[in-house]
Amino acid sequence: MPFEISEWPTTDAESGAVEHEYLWTLNFGPQHPATHTTLRLILTLDGEKVINAVPDIGYLHSGFEKLAEDLDFNQYVTIVDRMNYLSPLANEIAWHHTVEKLLGIELTPRCRYVRTILAELMRLHDHLLNVGTTGLDLGAFTAFLYAFAQREKIYDIAEAASGQRFHGSYTRVGGVLFDINTAWVNQVRAFCKGFRQAHTDIDKLLTRNRIFIDRTRGVGVLTRDDAINFSCTGPVARASGVVRDLRKNEPYLAYNDFDFQVVCAKEGDSFSRYQVRMGEMLESLGIIEQAIENVPAGPINVDPEGKAVLPAKPDVFRSIEGLINHFELIMPNRGFEVPLESIYAATESPNGELGFYLVTNGTNRAYRARTRPPSYIHFAVFPHLIAGHMLSDIVAVLGSLNIIAAELDR
Amino acid sequence: MNWQSVLRDCCGSAAAEHRFRDNICVTIPAESLHQVLSRLKNDAGFDMLVDITAVDYLDYPDAADRFGVVYCLLATGSGERLIVRVLLNEPDLQLSTAVDLWRGADWLEREVFDMFGIRFAGHPDLRRILMPDEFTSYPLRKDYPLKGRGERHNFAVITRAES
Repeated sequence: MPFEISEWPTTDAESGAVEHEYLWTLNFGPQHPATHTTLRLILTLDGEKVINAVPDIGYLHSGFEKLAEDLDFNQYVTIVDRMNYLSPLANEIAWHHTVEKLLGIELTPRCRYVRTILAELMRLHDHLLNVGTTGLDLGAFTAFLYAFAQREKIYDIAEAASGQRFHGSYTRVGGVLFDINTAWVNQVRAFCKGFRQAHTDIDKLLTRNRIFIDRTRGVGVLTRDDAINFSCTGPVARASGVVRDLRKNEPYLAYNDFDFQVVCAKEGDSFSRYQVRMGEMLESLGIIEQAIENVPAGPINVDPEGKAVLPAKPDVFRSIEGLINHFELIMPNRGFEVPLESIYAATESPNGELGFYLVTNGTNRAYRARTRPPSYIHFAVFPHLIAGHMLSDIVAVLGSLNIIAAELDR
Repeated sequence: MNWQSVLRDCCGSAAAEHRFRDNICVTIPAESLHQVLSRLKNDAGFDMLVDITAVDYLDYPDAADRFGVVYCLLATGSGERLIVRVLLNEPDLQLSTAVDLWRGADWLEREVFDMFGIRFAGHPDLRRILMPDEFTSYPLRKDYPLKGRGERHNFAVITRAES
C-alpha cells in the first residue's frame, strides 16, 4: 500500500522508543520464507531493534464472505475448507455446527463421534505444522521432518474418509458425506499407536533445546489481561493463563463423553505457546483414543424424513418416498426450512474460537455469513508483542501465533 | 450487576431483546452504544469482545433499516454471551469506536469500515484493511455486484429508498 510519511506513528509508547533520524524501514514479506504465507510487515527498526511493526494484509483476500451469499449451506463447505488450510475439516465442522444450530438439527451419536475424531485429528494436524515450522524457522530442522511424517498419515486418514487428502468437503448439513468403515477405524488406531512416539521425538528435539529455548522464552509476552482485551482465544490465550476452552465451557459434538484436560500456561511468551500446543496434542490424542474405541453403531446421518439430508441412493431409485425426499432437498425452489433469524455459534478450532455469525432470509443461502477468524484477531496483537524485540524475534513470535493468511484475509 | 439492568439504565425501553436458540441479541439505539458497551464491560463482566461485524439489510424481508452492526460479547468469568446490535441508516453511517474499551476492536472495526463503509468516530487508524487503499466501494454491501463483467462503475448503486 502506498504509505504517506504523515501516516506513520511517530513514537511508540509500548517500547518507549523515541523517534530518531536514523530509524529505517524494512519490508518483511509479502513473500518471505518465515511468513509461510502471503503477509507483509512494515517494520521500523533502530539497528536491529523493532520499534514499530505495521502489518499490511489482504494479499489473499478472495471474498469468501461474499461467496457465502451465493452458495447454499452445503456448497459453502468447499469454501470454508480453504480458510484455514491447516485444519480444513475443523472449519467444515464449525460451519455446519452453526447451520445445524440454526436449523435445530440434532446429530446422530455416530456422527458426533466421527466429527469429534476428525476435529481432534485436525488439531494434531495444525499443531504439528505449527510446532514443526516454528522449529524450522528457528533453525531446528529435524523436528519439522518428524512433524510432517505424522501429518502425512493424517492426510491419508482424511483421504480414506472423504476421498480427498486436503480439502475434504466431508461434512454435510445433518451428517457427513460417507460413513466410516472398519478399515478407517484401524487406520486411526494405527496412527494413534505411532503418534505418541513421534510426539516424544519432537519433544526431545525442541523442549530442552538450548537454542530453541533462548529464542522463544520471554519473547513476545502477552499478559492475561491483554489476551482478553485483544480478544485472543485458543492456545494463544491459554498460554497467557486464560482458562477457557469451548470444548469444556460450551461442550458441543461428543466432548462431554471424554476425559481430557485443558492445557494452560502462565508466562504468555512464545515458549509457553509452544508448550501449550505440545500439551494439547497429547490431550487430543487421548480424545481420539477414547472415541475411536467407542464409535456408536447406527446411522451416521439424521433421518432423511426430516428433509435435511439426502436419502440413500437405493431408496431414491426404488421408492417414491425416497425420490420425493431427494427432490425436496435438491430442487431449486425446495430445500431446507430456514427460519428468518440470525445466529452466532462457535467451536474450538485448533487456532482458537472459530465462529460464524449467520443471518438467513428464509432461503437456502446465507444472507450474511460472517466468519470470526482467530488468525485475524491474533495477528492484530502482533505489533504489540514485537515492539522492543529484535528483528530475529519476529519469526519466533509470528510462528507462535500461527497466522494462516488464507483465514486472515478470507 | 447483570446486563438487563445495564440496558434498563442506559436505554430504558428502547432496547429490544430477542432470543433464538441460546443466543441473546439486544438491539439498542446507536447513540447509546458506547455507554452500553462500556457499562457492560465494566459493570456486567463482559470483558471480551468476541467479534464485530455488520449486516446490510438492503433486501432483507421486512427490514426497515439499512445496516446492522453487531457486537458479540463474552464474559470470560461466567461464560455468558450477549450480542448487541445497533441499526444505522444512510447517510449517517457513523458509530463511536470501541477501541478505547477493547484494543481487539481495532482491526474488527477496520474490517467493518472496509467492507461496509461504516465509520467509527475516534478510531486511531481507520484505513482499509483487506481491500487496497485505492478501492472506492464497499464489497459486502448488498448493492455491490457478486458477478458480472466490468468494474464497479458499470453497476447501479441502490439505496434503501429505491429497493
